[in-house]
Amino acid sequence: MSIPQPKVAKVIVKTPATRAAVARAVAARVAAPRVAEAPPPAPELELPCEKMVLNMGPSHPSTHGVLRIALELDGEIVTAARPEIGYLHRGGEKIAENLTYNQFVPYTDRLDYLAPLANNVAYVLAVEKLMGLAVPPRCQYLRAMCCEMARISSHLMGIGAMGLDLGALTVFLWTFTERERLYALFEKLTGARLTNSFTRIGGVARDIPDGWIAELRQFLDTFPKTIDEVDKLLTGNRIFMDRNRDVGVLPKDVAIDYGVTGPNLRGSGVKYDLRKAHPYLCYKDFEFDVPVGEVGDCYDRYLVRMEEMRQSVRILKQACDKLPGGPVNAPDFKTILPPKEKVLTRMEELIHQFMVVTEGPNVPPGEAFFSAENAKGELGFYVISRGGGVPWRLKIRGPSFCNLSVLPYLLKGHLIADVVAILGSFDFVMGECDR
Amino acid sequence: MDPILIHLIKIVGVVGVLLFICAYIVLAERRICAFIQDRLGPNRVGIPLWIRKDGSAIQIGARWALGQPIIDALKAIFKEDFVPGHVNKFYFWLGPMLVMAPALMVWAAIPFGSTLCGVPMIIADVNVGILLVFALASLGVYGIVLGGWASNSKYPFLGGIRGSAQLISYELCLGLSVIPLFMQVGSLRLTEVVRWQTEHLWLVCYPWNWLPAIIYVASSFAETNRAPFDLPEAEQELAGGYNTEYSSMKFAMFFLAEYANMITASALMVVLFLGGWHLPFVPVSGGIAVGVAHICIFLAKVCALALVFIWVRWTVPRVRYDQLMGLGWKVFLPLALAGVLITGLAIVAGWSPS
Repeated sequence: MSIPQPKVAKVIVKTPATRAAVARAVAARVAAPRVAEAPPPAPELELPCEKMVLNMGPSHPSTHGVLRIALELDGEIVTAARPEIGYLHRGGEKIAENLTYNQFVPYTDRLDYLAPLANNVAYVLAVEKLMGLAVPPRCQYLRAMCCEMARISSHLMGIGAMGLDLGALTVFLWTFTERERLYALFEKLTGARLTNSFTRIGGVARDIPDGWIAELRQFLDTFPKTIDEVDKLLTGNRIFMDRNRDVGVLPKDVAIDYGVTGPNLRGSGVKYDLRKAHPYLCYKDFEFDVPVGEVGDCYDRYLVRMEEMRQSVRILKQACDKLPGGPVNAPDFKTILPPKEKVLTRMEELIHQFMVVTEGPNVPPGEAFFSAENAKGELGFYVISRGGGVPWRLKIRGPSFCNLSVLPYLLKGHLIADVVAILGSFDFVMGECDR
Repeated sequence: MDPILIHLIKIVGVVGVLLFICAYIVLAERRICAFIQDRLGPNRVGIPLWIRKDGSAIQIGARWALGQPIIDALKAIFKEDFVPGHVNKFYFWLGPMLVMAPALMVWAAIPFGSTLCGVPMIIADVNVGILLVFALASLGVYGIVLGGWASNSKYPFLGGIRGSAQLISYELCLGLSVIPLFMQVGSLRLTEVVRWQTEHLWLVCYPWNWLPAIIYVASSFAETNRAPFDLPEAEQELAGGYNTEYSSMKFAMFFLAEYANMITASALMVVLFLGGWHLPFVPVSGGIAVGVAHICIFLAKVCALALVFIWVRWTVPRVRYDQLMGLGWKVFLPLALAGVLITGLAIVAGWSPS
C-alpha cells in the first residue's frame, strides 16, 4: 500500500470558532510529525501457520447495521477482506416501477435512514429534472434547509458512532442529544421523526409551521457548543489521534477510481462537492466552504465531518435570514395536489386531485440523472420514463455502496481494531448500500 | 478468642464488604457515566421496606437506585444459564471461577486498617506481601484465557489471546514500578509499608516517587482490563471478547471480577502510595473508635480511587493492541527502570528519609 509522505493536514476553515479547534489539531500533528509506518514486513514463518477466517457481521456492534465482512486473519492482522452485502436488500428499485412518482417518496426515506429528508429532496429533484419543472424559491430554500439539517443529523450520528467504535462512548450520547433536538424540529416540520417523506413532485408536503424558524435559530445558536465540546474531548485526544492517524489511508487517485464520494472523498483531499461543483437548489446563494483533508486517513475524514457540520450551520443561518416568502409549491396542479378547500368546491381542482392521486404526475418520456450531495456522498437517481405517472426504470446510485467497495483495498494489512476505526470513519449506512 | 475464629470473622468480613462495594461500585459507575453522558441513569429501584397489598412497595433511596444491585444480582441469577454445545464444558466452567477467586484472595495480604481490639486488620501479614499480591492477581488472567479458549469460538479466542499478551506486558511494569517503594521502606511486608508512611510522609509526597506512581496507575488500568485498556473485552471490536459465550451468573462472575480487580488495584495504590489507613491528624493508634476510623479512611480512599477508574473509562477511547504493547515495552518499562535508578540515587544522596 502506498502511504503518502507526512504532511500537515490542511482543513480549510474560515469561521473563527472553528479555527482554534482545527489549529489545535494541526498543531498537535506538527508537534508529533507523522511517520508513515511501513506495513509490517511479512515475517519469515518457520512453522506453517493457519490463517483464520473471521466473520465480522452481519450482526456485530461495529458493522453499523447488516454489513458482513469476511476477514482473513494472520493473528490480528487482516490479510484479506471481503465485504458481503445484501442483507438489507428490499428491491426498492423494482418497487419503484410499480408506484407513482409521489408514492415512491416514502421508499427514499429508507435509503439513508439517517438523513431521510435529503433523500426525499434528491429524488424529487431527479424527477423534476426529467419533467423540466421549476419550483418556487421558497420551496428551494426549504428543501436546502432540510438537506442541511439532515446532513448535520447524519454527521452527528457518524461521529458519535465513530467514537463509539473506538471506545469513546460518551461522545455518542452527546451527539445523540443534539440529534434529538433536530428530530423534534423534523417532527414539527414534517409530522414524522424518522420517515419524513416531506417532499412531493413539484413542492413539499406543507409550509413551515409558526415559530419553527425561531426554534431552528435557537438550535443553530446552541448547537456549535456541542461540536466544540466534542472537539475538546475527542479531536485532540492522544489515543483518538493514535487510533486514527495514518490508519486507513485512502489516496486521492484510489478514492476517485473506486467512486468514493462525499466526506470520504474530501477527506482524501479531493475538493469535490456537488453543492459547489454543480450547484442545485439555491446553494449558489449561500456562502460556505468545503473542508478538505490532506492525508486521507480516518482522522481526516473525521475532521472533514466535524467541519461540514459547522458549514451546514452557516448555510442554515443564511437560509433563515434569506428565506423568501411566496408560495411553497409549483403552481401546476397537474403535478402537485391542489389546496384542499378548492378541491372540495371546484370541479377542475377535484379532477386534478383525482388524477394526481390515482395516476401520479404525468412525466414526459425521456431519461434523467440527478445526483445530490448528501451526507454520505453522492446520492443519484436515474429515472427513465415512458410517459405516465410511473417510472419505467429507476436506478439509485447509493454512495455507501461505492464507498464500501474500497474496503478490500483499505482493510488489508490493518489490525482488527483498525477495521473498526475505518468502518466508523466511513460512516456508511446499509439501507442505501443494499437498497 | 480462638485465632482461627478471628481469622474466619475477618475473612467473612472482608469478602462481604468487598462484594458489597463491588455491587455498589457498579451502581456508581452507571450513575457517574450517566452524569458524564447527560443522562439520568438508574433511578427507580430503592431498597424495599414493605410491600403493600396492591403490590406497590415502600422503598428508600429509589432516586439513587440503591436497590439496583439487588435487582441486578437477581437478574443474573435467574437468567438462563446457557452453555453452548460447542464449548469445552470443564474449562468453560472453570474460567469464571478462576477469574473471581484470585480477585478475592488478593485481599488476604492487604492491610485494610491498623488494629481493632488488638487484632491487626489484615488477614495474612506475610513477609512477602506484595509478591503474594502480584502472584495472586496475575492468576486472574488464566480465567480469561481459559474462558476464551474453552468457548471454542473466534471472538472469545482473540479476546483470550489479547488478555494474556496484555497481562505479560504490564505485569512487568507493575512489578518494576513498585520496586522503588520497597527500596525506601526496606521491607516487602505491606503493613511495614503503611507503618513507614505513618512515620514519614506518604510515599507519593516524594518527587522521585511520582514517576513510579504514574506508571503504577496506568499499568493497573491495563492489569484490570479497564478502559482505555479493555482490549480483551473490546465490545466494539470483539463483540464482548472472552465473555461473548457466557451468560447468567457465569457472565456476572466475569463482570464482578473486573470490579473486584479494580477495587484491589485501588487498594494497592492506597497502601503503596497514599498512606494506607493513615490520615494526618488522626491518631495512629488508639481504641476501637480509632481502629474503626482507620478502616473507614482506608475504604474512603479506595472508593475515591475507584471513582477515578470510572471517570477515565467514560472519557477516553480505547487504545489499539499494538499501541498498548508498544506503550508497555517501549515506554513504561524503561521509565520504570529509570524510576528505580532515580530512587537509588535519592537514597544514596540521603534525600530519602529511611
